[in-house]
Amino acid sequence: MTKRPVRFYQVGSFAVGNRLLSDDERTVQSDPNRANSIDSGHRACQGCGEALGARYALDAAMRATNNQLVAVNATGCLEVFSTPYPETSWRIPWLHSLFGNAPAVATGVAAALRVKGRSDVRVVSQGGDGGTVDIGFGCLSGMFERNDDVLYICYDNEGYMNTGVQRSGATPPAARTATTDVVGPQPGNTFGQGKDVPRIAMAHDVAYVATATVADLHDLEAKVERAMQFRGARYLHVLVPCPLGWGSASNETIHVARLAKETGMFPVFEAEYGVVTSVSKIRRQAPVEEYLKLQKRFAHLFGKNPRPDIVAHLQEIANRNIERYGLLEQDAEPIARHVSSSEASA
Amino acid sequence: MNKRPFAITLDVGSSLLNHTGSWRVERPTYVDRLPPCNNACPAGENIQGWLYEAESGNYEGAWRKLVEENPLPAIMGRICFHPCERACNRVQVDEAVGINAVERFLGDYALEHGLRLPDAGPDSGKRVLVVGAGPAGLSATYHLRRQGHQVRLVDSSAQLGGMMRYGIPAYRLPRAVLDAEIARVIAMDVEVMLNYNVDDIEVERESGHFDAIFLAVGAQLGKRVNIPAGDSAKILDAVSFLHEVAEDNPPLLGRRVVIYGGGDTAMDAARTARRLGASEAVVVYRRNQEKMPAHDEEYEQAKVEGVTMRWLSTINRVESDKIVIEKMRLNAEGYPEATGEYEELGADAVVLALGQDTDLSLIARASDIEVSDGSVQVAENLMTNGRGIFAGGDAVPAERTATVAVGHGKKAARSIDAYVRGVTFEVPAKHELAEFGLLNTWYYSDAERTQRPELEKVRRQDNFEEVVLGLTERNALFEARRCMSCGNCFECDNCFGVCPDNAVIKLDNGKYEFNLDYCKGCGICAHECPCGAIEMVPERI
Amino acid sequence: MLRQIEGSRAVAETVALCRPEVVCAYPISPQTHIIEAVGVMVKEGRLSRCEFINVESEFAAMSVAIGASATGARAYTATASQGLLYMMEAVYNAAGLGLPIVMTLANRAIGAPINIWNDHSDAMAVRDSGWIQIFAETNQEAADLHVQAFRLAEELSVPVMVCVDGFILTHAVEGVDLLEQSIVDAFLPPYEPRQVLDPENPVSIGAMVGPEAFQEVRYLAHLRQLDALHRIPAIAEDFYAATGRRSGGLVRSYRAEDAETIVVAMGSVLGTIKDAVDVRRDAGEKIGVVGITSFRPFPSQAVHEALAHASQIVVLEKAFSIGHGGVLATDVAMALQGTNCKIREVVAGLGGRPITRQSLDKLFYKATRGELDSLLFLDLDLDVVEREVERMKATRRSGPSAENVLRDLGTTRGEGALS
Repeated sequence: MTKRPVRFYQVGSFAVGNRLLSDDERTVQSDPNRANSIDSGHRACQGCGEALGARYALDAAMRATNNQLVAVNATGCLEVFSTPYPETSWRIPWLHSLFGNAPAVATGVAAALRVKGRSDVRVVSQGGDGGTVDIGFGCLSGMFERNDDVLYICYDNEGYMNTGVQRSGATPPAARTATTDVVGPQPGNTFGQGKDVPRIAMAHDVAYVATATVADLHDLEAKVERAMQFRGARYLHVLVPCPLGWGSASNETIHVARLAKETGMFPVFEAEYGVVTSVSKIRRQAPVEEYLKLQKRFAHLFGKNPRPDIVAHLQEIANRNIERYGLLEQDAEPIARHVSSSEASA
Repeated sequence: MNKRPFAITLDVGSSLLNHTGSWRVERPTYVDRLPPCNNACPAGENIQGWLYEAESGNYEGAWRKLVEENPLPAIMGRICFHPCERACNRVQVDEAVGINAVERFLGDYALEHGLRLPDAGPDSGKRVLVVGAGPAGLSATYHLRRQGHQVRLVDSSAQLGGMMRYGIPAYRLPRAVLDAEIARVIAMDVEVMLNYNVDDIEVERESGHFDAIFLAVGAQLGKRVNIPAGDSAKILDAVSFLHEVAEDNPPLLGRRVVIYGGGDTAMDAARTARRLGASEAVVVYRRNQEKMPAHDEEYEQAKVEGVTMRWLSTINRVESDKIVIEKMRLNAEGYPEATGEYEELGADAVVLALGQDTDLSLIARASDIEVSDGSVQVAENLMTNGRGIFAGGDAVPAERTATVAVGHGKKAARSIDAYVRGVTFEVPAKHELAEFGLLNTWYYSDAERTQRPELEKVRRQDNFEEVVLGLTERNALFEARRCMSCGNCFECDNCFGVCPDNAVIKLDNGKYEFNLDYCKGCGICAHECPCGAIEMVPERI
Repeated sequence: MLRQIEGSRAVAETVALCRPEVVCAYPISPQTHIIEAVGVMVKEGRLSRCEFINVESEFAAMSVAIGASATGARAYTATASQGLLYMMEAVYNAAGLGLPIVMTLANRAIGAPINIWNDHSDAMAVRDSGWIQIFAETNQEAADLHVQAFRLAEELSVPVMVCVDGFILTHAVEGVDLLEQSIVDAFLPPYEPRQVLDPENPVSIGAMVGPEAFQEVRYLAHLRQLDALHRIPAIAEDFYAATGRRSGGLVRSYRAEDAETIVVAMGSVLGTIKDAVDVRRDAGEKIGVVGITSFRPFPSQAVHEALAHASQIVVLEKAFSIGHGGVLATDVAMALQGTNCKIREVVAGLGGRPITRQSLDKLFYKATRGELDSLLFLDLDLDVVEREVERMKATRRSGPSAENVLRDLGTTRGEGALS
């Protein structure tokens, strides 16, 4: 992990900032002069994780590139809520073309910049999980294999939320969507399906692949900054809870994202050239129930006719992630600072 | 605008026309909640407030905030039993913040750097008599001077400090520290009269033309009980014993000393006896450890220093070289009952630490002052039934600690100030308590408490050197930064960062403001505020 | 410099002279030789300051072009047939965003059944997309039109599709006079985008537009195409002035001034038609030809002026709207509203079926005698059709197909379909 552990302060590296931290230890978000790449007045739902994730990521990219950034956007919530004529929320140069072509459009932007000798201007391409893991996947894979100088950011809210919460290749098993209703013996989305695009990205041997959530800003920003240190294709997959589609409270967006990580349901790691280089360890491990119960899309697993079998199955998935990435601290480094008497002033 | 292709291309900043604040059904509001430490502090210190200053290394600022309420931080940082730490929300995360240790650090820092207390206020022309120069009297004196009232401080002892000097041994409170902090108060142009006995309070008032009086006479009389004793049995009370030690005139106790009682004074007496050369210091207490009133720290230190305990025992009889103990057991209600079993214990002296009484002779002729159970009865504002006569500290019904006394001193000063100005002191309404459930503790780094270093056991045996040592600046800073700032914004930028609508404005003073034009009322800011300083309030629609 | 050169090569060389900055390529017959040649030139360094990108699909190809163009780069790609359909969403998008991309369409039939040979079905499929579509008659014109296309596109901020008949032109080796770089540079100024992704001057391109403005956006696009009706001939005149060559324009007449019957067509088939018309002229028949170069925008007025004096118009086209009839014919008919011209639709050359001079000669012979029905399929093998109709009739409910054939193609077999 490229982020620095800051233990000495009340909030260490967990909060957005802290008056006690020096500027370089604070997040980009704590800067009153941050770019606000996506500005107020957008029409995202209350508590939208994607609006938040996009500002987090792009503001970090803006800082990393000294504001020399252009963004390409796939069709989806982020596009719709940010640019309904006659109002745009973007403060950065921004281009929306289609649902499935954002990586390729970004390739074109990068090519144009290269040919014009503007290597200082960097390209971010972004979309939701539908635009990334499903309809845009061909273009994404092409962009990866050509190693075009693009950072692609997927804001994963695990479904087609803009169209009314349908299943995508990133929807987790058992989740209720409009196309995986909670009827029949196996309610919700089917087990054994779905696409793990971060790992697929790694299989392309691109320079940098990372996952992050909106719950750990320092981590997310460090990853954007790291990503910007590479040339070529890079991929950042950010979990962004959707209060509407997940049926979670609007004020719990960050809390839910945190639990996704702390349960192991969403592994947070980074990889360079196809090899995992670091993982964000689970800090306060929680059973998957804690995560699931906050979301109405999993409500059918609890309540009157609970499905502990399905919950157990989901726990197995979390456990597999924990094992695959080594998400638990083996022997947690002691943080306690007991002083010896030689340190003490009498 | 029209330079761009119509509709498909839009200019930066245009979304600001869309005031999404109209979506809101709840609005976030910044609040200051009452931190549990502040709530628990008998001296009414704004602990969170001064820790906040200390966190940034502004020790002088922290000390200034501290002495707003309490002029004796170096003393309190040593002898306060810190109920704040028991109340501290951090207990539920790992361990309480070492508030007391930081307070001491700040107190010592101020002494080391010669920081002066704030100046006395402009002369009010009012005169107040403070009887008793213990923590209550000194605290009242300080606050009264800050209010501009003239103060005459009288005490029957030869030196200032009351029980802080005559009850608390030097290994807990070095005299240099005590003297320095008292001197700082007296330097605020206080008229001091020592070895001064007030015989009749009304006479005193008339002769001194006082507008008000504060009785802070303490509880200086050790309680005696009737224990059958041989003629040559050596029995003394702990208050006198400690007083004599404090005057450098320790009584001869012999090799084996029994201390009777289970409070902090018993522990002080036992530990002092050990230092005076007693090879055995045995505390005899009629109940068990769980029921013992002494604070754990005191008890633990005593044990380390070789003090032994006889639980569930009463002294039946004292002879010249031994005592007879009757064993007790606790009944169903937890009260000790005699068992009829006896045991002998070798003892050269018995020190009675069974509590203290107040010498109330000075108000014997002030018939309107109500006294009950040996304590002066006071109203909520610490005024007695006597006109303009206030009382506090150990002399009134309350927990008898120096910190409570300091709190009384402040409170009495405020009441007196109001009284002499002919107004009523309105106690400001307390803010809602910042309970643990209002915090989002995820954000606090894991940081275990810094332990205060202690004097090695072998070096404690024959002297009164201070046992518990101070924190280094680095450790004090670390400890201050463990504070979770419960209920009070500490500028972590979380609200500013987590708002999906950029509807939080960061102000130049480090604080924040909500931009209600855009706030949709999602509540993430309130949920993710580590310290519970944001409240969601329903909009009136 | 006149060179004996393959059509694709001529196009590639000319595109290179236009100094494209981003070229994206996905192979599909019969476009491959064009992008291969451009790729070689980039890799050799002969075409410098150009990014040649091998993409993973036509959809990506157009998308890369969109990104490049929106960043202010001159972007070019080429495709055909299925490829055009696969990129169709992006084709519409490029036009909607007003990005002046130039694309060569090596016209080819659309499957199924899969067929790699020439017709105009692909171009017709995107005629409503907002692209300017211009058709080349010869390899020389195919090359020349690209220079004009870039200028037109960039002047109007509209993408331009240069339609070149697959194989017939792309793979034919003919003499082509390739332009000098200096002439192209003088003719085609550097690209100055009307909107661009620029960190110094950020804008949002590609907003969501609702009912309150969408129709206006579309109408404005239409107005730009109407502008093109003026710019296309003007640019062709400029080109003539610069090169001494007549290429492009809206429509071109051949022996049509006094013609009673005029044949209308697009693309390479015009050459064969002219030959056939010469024969009929020699026989004393008043027949002529009007070639349409600009299909979109459709030059209704120019078409009207070129055709209105004739009594009969034979529209011969390599595409057809299944269930309706000719596509070009419909547009021509619209242009001739208010005249007494009779319109005859002839569908020919689908999927690469050769359009022979003999077939045309017969067709025109009948035409000048007023013997053509309103719609016919040139060289349709009616035996095959009838056999299949019979088979279907035997195996499933298929409706009165045989009667439909008769109604559609004329009263008798001999009159309806020329064989």
